[in-house]
Amino acid sequence: MSESQATWDLAPAPESIGHVHWEKSYGLFINGQFQPSSGDQTFGSINPATEERIAEITEATDADVDQAVKAARNAYEKVWSKMAARERGKYIFRIARLLQEKAREFAVIESLDGGKPIRESRDIDIPLAAAHFFYHAGWADKLEYAFPNRKPKSLGVAGQVIPWNFPLLMAAWKIAPALATGNTVVLKPAETTSLTALKLAEIFQQAELPPGVVNIVTGHGSVGAAIVNHNNVNKIAFTGSTRVGKIIQKAIAGSKKRCTLELGGKAANIIFDDATIDQAVEGIINGIYFNQGHVCCAGSRLFVQESVHDEVIHKLKHRMNSLIVGDPLDKNTDIGAINSKDQLQTINQYIELGKQEGADFYQPQCNLPAKGNWCRPTLFTDVAQSNRIVQEEIFGPVLAVQTFRTVDEVINKANNTPYGLSAGVWTDKGSKIFNMTSQLRAGVIWANTYNKFDPASPFGGYKESGFGREGGLHGLAGYLDF
Amino acid sequence: MSALKSNFRANSPTVDQVGVVERVNRFATRSIKNEAKLKGLKMVLNMIDLTTLEGMDTEGKVKQLCYKARHLHDAVDGIPCVAAVCVYPNFVGLAKASLAQSGINVASVATAFPSGNSSLDIKLTDVKMAVDQGADEIDMVISRGRLHRGDYQYVYDEIAAVKEACGSARLKTILETGELGTLDNVRLASDIAIAAGADFIKTSTGKIQPAATLPVTLVMLEAIRDHHVKTGQMIGMKPAGGISKAKLALHYLIMVKETLGVQWLNNKWFRFGASSLANDVLMQIVKQQSGAYQSPDYFSID
Repeated sequence: MSESQATWDLAPAPESIGHVHWEKSYGLFINGQFQPSSGDQTFGSINPATEERIAEITEATDADVDQAVKAARNAYEKVWSKMAARERGKYIFRIARLLQEKAREFAVIESLDGGKPIRESRDIDIPLAAAHFFYHAGWADKLEYAFPNRKPKSLGVAGQVIPWNFPLLMAAWKIAPALATGNTVVLKPAETTSLTALKLAEIFQQAELPPGVVNIVTGHGSVGAAIVNHNNVNKIAFTGSTRVGKIIQKAIAGSKKRCTLELGGKAANIIFDDATIDQAVEGIINGIYFNQGHVCCAGSRLFVQESVHDEVIHKLKHRMNSLIVGDPLDKNTDIGAINSKDQLQTINQYIELGKQEGADFYQPQCNLPAKGNWCRPTLFTDVAQSNRIVQEEIFGPVLAVQTFRTVDEVINKANNTPYGLSAGVWTDKGSKIFNMTSQLRAGVIWANTYNKFDPASPFGGYKESGFGREGGLHGLAGYLDF
Repeated sequence: MSALKSNFRANSPTVDQVGVVERVNRFATRSIKNEAKLKGLKMVLNMIDLTTLEGMDTEGKVKQLCYKARHLHDAVDGIPCVAAVCVYPNFVGLAKASLAQSGINVASVATAFPSGNSSLDIKLTDVKMAVDQGADEIDMVISRGRLHRGDYQYVYDEIAAVKEACGSARLKTILETGELGTLDNVRLASDIAIAAGADFIKTSTGKIQPAATLPVTLVMLEAIRDHHVKTGQMIGMKPAGGISKAKLALHYLIMVKETLGVQWLNNKWFRFGASSLANDVLMQIVKQQSGAYQSPDYFSID
């Protein structure tokens, strides 16, 4: 019998990009056509894994935004709001099917442009985006049944601004319910991840969606501001930081614009001593290291009951050691590239801060590629509620662990944050779960799982995590007047 | 009877089936290519317990199997041999003689395999017969009925007695997970077997469906890992039955690597109980080297 001390490292398994096509430069998608800007500004979209410039994106001007809003208004009044709801549903179904057909191409571009592992873009982002279109397509002609006796009416033009962490999925979350409820759209993707939104515009063309129903204007924050401030927009839907959310609320105060905001989070993931520890550890990993921690609902604050602390941390470190960090296009990559240099710098500053605050720091010693934006999965133990790494949203693969003794204590600590987007509870006892879910101030609470999304399930926050819901009937209501 | 031993259920962690399946699906998305694949496939071959456990087994069949164990595919150089040949006790002597000087072990099922429904005396006699004939490894079955009745102490004592009867032979304890009903019970049975002195824990007899599955194996690997963390002692793992494709076998190895570590990736600590797996692995190895799949007719059936 041989007991060889073999190593067995996985060989590279890169997803092929040969079949994937995207343009070297993109204009603005207004009134069903790609067109140049009235200005002459463009910017590069950078692959965060290689730092290569992979496409040239157009910076929209105020005049471009105005033109996009006019196109949306025109399409709303002349076509989309007049069309039979069943016909609207057909277009949305068509978009969903086309997206599904091109899923592999979208997944590769999402990973190239944003740095997320192909496993996630292939298995989560793209299928879920298609599912949102399918789900909302079904509602288009059934709104009377969704809201019986309430006479739902569309709002008009929706201005939508989305973040860089789930570029296509956020576009789907925004566009699908707006279209199903009879509204038209002006959407701005994040400046670091415009490509899949622009590829989606190509799908709108192939689906022969009437011109102007969805318009996509690219660029930086000023483009978002132009949409928010445009007086012919009826509804603002924003996903992004709490800081910008506050600016938007100030900007639209006193106007009749409807608004939903999905902002930051600092979610508590709570492990009781009667939890199934091995599965809870997996849930912790998915909760914080999914999408490099660029998740507003990431379980970034871990609360472990003191009696199982050592076991949980030991198993957590063991599991962290098996995570593969590197090329987002490799099928075995668990943690891809940090989305931008700026974000990497922010994360690194917080890691430094955590060390200065005296927390115990742990990172597995995995290899990192020479070029690109990388951050190893990071664990801080021995932290307190008063640490800044516990209070502030880091938006990276950094987990801060505290211990607790009683149910009351952990509820108090979990709620002791300006945020209230999500939480996780791990226990084998059903009654404990219901007690926790009724007392935690969070919009989404997962029990014995984490980061599960479904188009039928409303998503959104309390307090400074925003207001309004996306998904399900609650999400539809955000685009309707009654 | 110590309080600790009689309290097996309370001391055994619970398992969340949904979470286990989710974790297992992650293993199954690992993509094993090129040199990693070739190395993995050769590891798989070297971990196989080539098995025949049929009522119609004959000396001729056992001899053929033993020859195959030593010469899996002589047409290709560098093919390792299997880890062991697994037979019923009455064929141990023959298998031992057929495998002399090959380094391949002889494993024997015992303890009223596959049901385990007999008296302890008869089970121990069964074990002694196999050991006396030279078995290097004993694959026993636990008393599942006793486990379902909550008679954990009986299950424990029986395994301990069999372990003693094994002498220097290594003991593999078959939990027959297909009859245990829940993953909680799989974990409980694993903990009892390990505590009672099993050198290996094994999923199945191959006579009950489902036999080995990835979720059941993960739960057992976690029991092994927890025991190793507490005591420093390594326990072996053997999924058996239902693993007939190379790709699935590689996903098992990924699971072992990520759950226990590379020190388990050899046939002292990990085995596959299988009869038809070897040929699929051979086919994949030849494909890896020649670039094309060969007809199954090029691989011997024994």
